[in-house]
Amino acid sequence: MSTVEELKLRVRELENELIKCKQKSCNTAYQASSRPKIAQMSSEVVDSNPYSRLMALKRMGIVEDYEKIRTYAVAVVGVGGVGSVTAEMLTRCGIGKLLLFDYDKVELANMNRLFFQPHQAGLSKVEAAENTLRNINPDVTFEVHNYNITTVDNFTHFMDRISNGGLQQGKPVDLVLSCVDNFEARMAINTACNELGQIWMESGVSENAMSGHIQLISPGETACFACAPPLVVAANIDEKTLKKDGVCAASLPTTMGVVAGMLVQNVLKFLLGFGTVSHYLGYNAMQDFFPTMSMKPNPQCSDAHCRGQQQEYQKKEALRPREEVAETEEEVLHEDNEWGIELVSEVTEEELQSASGPMPALPEGITFSYALPSESGDSASAAPTVGEEDLSLEELMAQMKKI
Amino acid sequence: MADEATRKAVSEIPLLKTNSGPRDKELWVQRLREEYLALIKYVENNKAADNDWFRLESNKEGTRWFGKCWYIHDLLKYEFEVEFDIPVTYPATAPEVAIPELDGKTAKMYRGGRICLTDHFKPLWARNVPKFGLAHLMALGLGPWLAVEIPDLISKGLIEHKDQQGS
Ligand SMILES: [Zn+2]
Repeated sequence: MSTVEELKLRVRELENELIKCKQKSCNTAYQASSRPKIAQMSSEVVDSNPYSRLMALKRMGIVEDYEKIRTYAVAVVGVGGVGSVTAEMLTRCGIGKLLLFDYDKVELANMNRLFFQPHQAGLSKVEAAENTLRNINPDVTFEVHNYNITTVDNFTHFMDRISNGGLQQGKPVDLVLSCVDNFEARMAINTACNELGQIWMESGVSENAMSGHIQLISPGETACFACAPPLVVAANIDEKTLKKDGVCAASLPTTMGVVAGMLVQNVLKFLLGFGTVSHYLGYNAMQDFFPTMSMKPNPQCSDAHCRGQQQEYQKKEALRPREEVAETEEEVLHEDNEWGIELVSEVTEEELQSASGPMPALPEGITFSYALPSESGDSASAAPTVGEEDLSLEELMAQMKKI
Repeated sequence: MADEATRKAVSEIPLLKTNSGPRDKELWVQRLREEYLALIKYVENNKAADNDWFRLESNKEGTRWFGKCWYIHDLLKYEFEVEFDIPVTYPATAPEVAIPELDGKTAKMYRGGRICLTDHFKPLWARNVPKFGLAHLMALGLGPWLAVEIPDLISKGLIEHKDQQGS
């Protein structure tokens, strides 16, 4: 005898099956018109060559070797407003392999964004994206994972795919792109990449949809996501006029499209070696202002692997012959310093006073989302620390159940 | 950051010591013991103050938590199931508490029924790593959220008291 819960679950499974069938019949119609795989990128300008305009970059001398793009594997974590467009751009550019990670389903509420279509509602985002992208460019290899990377088991698998999911099985991916919408997932990617020494790029759009940013993080060389409180591009909106009572977050396809474009441009420059690769590029939509900067890692970063990567990097740097290039990086200050930050509204006096931890100077238009206390500071409460009870974890669990 | 009652309640929750996450072995068990000690104390404090409002328990690894929270409005008790996973980056990042049964009923939620915390919560948490634990998350995150959202949902007729359902 099945319970109501089990039956509900079964109904949901069957609904999803139906959606997949519908999509398959749609796809068969598409696939009739989709092209076979292309063995070699050609620069011949003919209607049937999907790469001719990309290969023109090589002819013009902007990119030395465009075909190299086929040798790279990129992981996109988060296939939402920014991630899906990022994946589409990379697919159209002819990237070798894309690994997609997301645990969410396509919903009709996502339709104010680009990429997904109403008939895909109910499908997992990674599955729906793979279907569409494969049709756009069958030359790309896809690997998709429908799970939340922040839980313990999934995180282990995620780390394994970053280390072994390259174009050649067993080789690491070339770049990880964070297109997630929350702090937990960014910190999880940061943790993984610090442990693995994996270069990655962060991207984000503010909750009011009026600013965004991209950031290149090379463990040991540039500041990691845990080196300082999250950076925010000041959107120059008066906090008092910003009404957040009714909603969590707004989103606009324009802002997300701009940020995805900035991200993939930086990816192409990084992978194909042209132009200047940005370490941090912000976008202020209200004023059309694009601040840039670079930030060195914090020797006191809370992530031990970040500190380890910094030592590795310094060892390598010491062995390298000195170049005569003057770096214009912002120095991270490590003694307590008074600094004028834009704190979140309604902070108390004590909170402000505790906000004097080590902070780097930032260029105009970029601020930290909050301040951290100095090492000895305690902004919390004068509450006592948990006692040294002799009870085991099992006993405590049982005690909690009883009250 | 929060009202006087919340401040007082938080100041009476024991602070944690062990900076350890679910990927650590021995130290995580130590952290879990501290989590339980703080939670037990907080629930006992709430009961003593006649403000008992939640219960939580976890799987044996302490990575998945679930339980109930309730809110009294016009002398009626509204009860909800809560759940969350401990992220690998805990305690640097707080877990995202979810009330799945309210998913889609309020804009103050992210997908999956994860509650939308105030702008003040994250900075406050970040400043108190690793001293804040799950009891602080309940007191500063879920508690204030329920106090604002539940009366609103009731007034909009989006949630009904269990006794009135189907009548
Ligand atoms: Zn760091």
